[in-house]
Amino acid sequence: MDDELVLEVTGLTKRFPGVVANEDVSLTVHKGEIVALLGENGAGKSTLVKMIYGLYRPDEGEIRIKGETVRLSGPREAIRRGVGMVHQHFQLVPVFTVAENVILGNEPRKLSFIEKRKAIKEVTALAEKNGMAVDPKALVRDLPVGAQQRVEILKALYRRADILIMDEPTAVLTPQETDELLKTMKGFAANGVAVIFITHKLREVLAIADKIEVLRSGKVVGTTTPAEADQAKLAQMMVGRSVLLSVEKSTSSPKEIVLDVVGLSSDSDIGLPAVREVNLTVRSGEIVGIAGVEGNGQRELVEALTGIRKSTATKFAINDENAIGADPHEIHSMHVGHVPEDREKDGLVGQYSIANNMVLNRFDEPEFSRRGIRNMDAVNGLATKLVKEFDVRTPSIKTPANSLSGGNKQKVVIARELSANPSLLIASQPTRGVDVGSIEFIHSQIISARDNGAAVLLVSAELDEVLGLSDRILVMYDGEIVAELESADADRAEIGRLMAGGHAVMAEESSHG
Amino acid sequence: MRARWAWTITVIILVGIMFSYTQDELRTTSVLSFSLRYAIPLIIAAMVGLVCERSGVINIGIEGQLLMSAFAGFFGAAATGSLIIGTLFGIGTGLIMGAVFATGAVAWKMDQIISGTIINIIATGLTSFFYAQGQVLPASTPVVAIPYLKDLPLVGPVLFNNGLFTYAAIIIVIFLQIMLFLTIWGLRTRAVGENPSAADTSGINVQRTRFINVTLAGGLAGVAGAYLSLEAAGTFERGFTAGRGFTALAIMIFGAWNPVGAFAAALFFGLTQGVASQLQADEVVDIPPQFINMLPYVLTIVLLAVVAGRVRPPAAVGKPYEKD
Repeated sequence: MDDELVLEVTGLTKRFPGVVANEDVSLTVHKGEIVALLGENGAGKSTLVKMIYGLYRPDEGEIRIKGETVRLSGPREAIRRGVGMVHQHFQLVPVFTVAENVILGNEPRKLSFIEKRKAIKEVTALAEKNGMAVDPKALVRDLPVGAQQRVEILKALYRRADILIMDEPTAVLTPQETDELLKTMKGFAANGVAVIFITHKLREVLAIADKIEVLRSGKVVGTTTPAEADQAKLAQMMVGRSVLLSVEKSTSSPKEIVLDVVGLSSDSDIGLPAVREVNLTVRSGEIVGIAGVEGNGQRELVEALTGIRKSTATKFAINDENAIGADPHEIHSMHVGHVPEDREKDGLVGQYSIANNMVLNRFDEPEFSRRGIRNMDAVNGLATKLVKEFDVRTPSIKTPANSLSGGNKQKVVIARELSANPSLLIASQPTRGVDVGSIEFIHSQIISARDNGAAVLLVSAELDEVLGLSDRILVMYDGEIVAELESADADRAEIGRLMAGGHAVMAEESSHG
Repeated sequence: MRARWAWTITVIILVGIMFSYTQDELRTTSVLSFSLRYAIPLIIAAMVGLVCERSGVINIGIEGQLLMSAFAGFFGAAATGSLIIGTLFGIGTGLIMGAVFATGAVAWKMDQIISGTIINIIATGLTSFFYAQGQVLPASTPVVAIPYLKDLPLVGPVLFNNGLFTYAAIIIVIFLQIMLFLTIWGLRTRAVGENPSAADTSGINVQRTRFINVTLAGGLAGVAGAYLSLEAAGTFERGFTAGRGFTALAIMIFGAWNPVGAFAAALFFGLTQGVASQLQADEVVDIPPQFINMLPYVLTIVLLAVVAGRVRPPAAVGKPYEKD
């Protein structure tokens, strides 16, 4: 780390109608320093970096880049001053090649023509120099997520960014890809690039940050270093109270079989086998977790079990009722709750109010409508109750769902699914993109559903989540359940190996459960 | 796969034309000339749609833009006694219509379909209201034969003995093909049409790019409109664009949003019409003329039904750009 100050933010305030997103935020970043911005969803991390990148204009305060006070007119000027940003939702054109995406906006040119060969050469050299393997001629849409992120990083580096903002870069990565990325980020810092790293994963912050700035409700509530802090302390700073990082739960007492699946197979979107002959049972009062690297058929399995995706099976029964060929509505009426992986796309209607989202799959039940006329009093009554019970932070139940933060959106989905008292809950990535405080809450809700006799099938890419919540763990690899472990004797390293396709040392014959 | 199909059909058609040329030189030449004349306004109008959609804006107001500029071109030429001034009137009107559409669909972020419909309604209203009978053009547009090339067999009389607008259309297609895929303007325009937010964060001004492209495309509609009244028909009647603006959109889709592809698609349309007319004129087939006139519309429906779902429009088309 150098002593040279590259970015200095003082007294930054940004207000949106009804909320103060950032209030009097100050921050310094030195050359070659990795600064982690830590905070819950809605704490104002993204707003802060968007102001530094010129996407938002601050209402008050000052941004100094390399000693010069700037009023950024937009990203173009920020880019010119050496600020680069790797966005949480990749800003790439899927039908363009890697090289085209990297040069977009800063094209090497002869007259008005793009120098394609030069572009490819430059991108190749840049990728090699930074140890990031990508084929500049490949179409971005054909690349896996990790590689797309490398393109996004190259884009910033190509613009000679020496202040690199990374907005939750590890949220979409597998554990292996995350390790790779953290190494790459350390490399940048060693080369003198200042990195501003947004995350809410405490382990990552402690692993690579030089300095940690903790934000809460739009304000900086503390500055610390990995040497001075540990996970518990950071979590407490973020949330403002002490947080239980590990899940506390009583031992399970499984009863009758709720979900019984034999020989279930299903195809992926492009028609390749994605789920192969899966056998699975989930009993009342237990949580069965499915661990696996994303893309090994978990999504297809969940969609098949909820009737969204076509599947074939020898047996697929819910509470002894045949569910083969049932559509999502029929499955729902078998008392199945579903927390979908992509809440924005499959879990909510963004433009609808919270109240309407709370009854999204129940609006036609007698309680909420009679002879085709909706009973809004009942809907609003339920919504008010659930918002309170599930601690959804919203100005009103009439607020459109898409104006909530990720964690609160997820609470709406969980509230809706659990309030119907499902006998089977299928929860896919229930805490993805959700802040620490909400994670704790969601986990406790899932456990209390179990304790009330629900059968829970949990699918998560977060190994810690699977380990912490599950009573029984299945490992999925390449569309198959390759191992089953009791959570008591589950070993992190062993599961990691199984997830990567290593063969089970433990007994595989019990995979039927 | 699609490319192979396109090539196969093209080769079959070309062989058919050669064969027919060896059988009857005169008729073949006249059918092909007719086909080209028929295709020219469709080609230029398809380029209007293409530039707009590649930038992420659906322009269903092409019909109105054509009508207005055909009107302005004709009455401009009749009033001033100059074809050149008439043409400039047409192009100027097209640019204005383009800018009006862009103001609604881009600057005000109105629904693009509604903005386009407004353009069509305004055009129908204004041109019908201000229509005057008894106006004539000062002269017919000159035919320019290109020396040497015009003497080539078959292609000479068909391609190289035409009015200026025809050459202009061909140049516009080639120009746009190059612009779209080899230049910085093209890369940025396509980025804006595919993922405007990616373009924005790369420092490209999405709204400005769209506004300029949609306005300039209006100028192209002006060229097509002027061609219709000044060169093709030599007159102006109420509503005489007869749905060409919509057919052009079908051609754009059939050509997979590629200038050269749309050019080929338009020629195919023209050829179908040309052959059918000739067969009827020769009384080879006895079909009522109404059915012949129906042909482009029927073909539009059939082709769209076949092609729909097989070609991929620019991903962000139809959505006004909102930050975040």
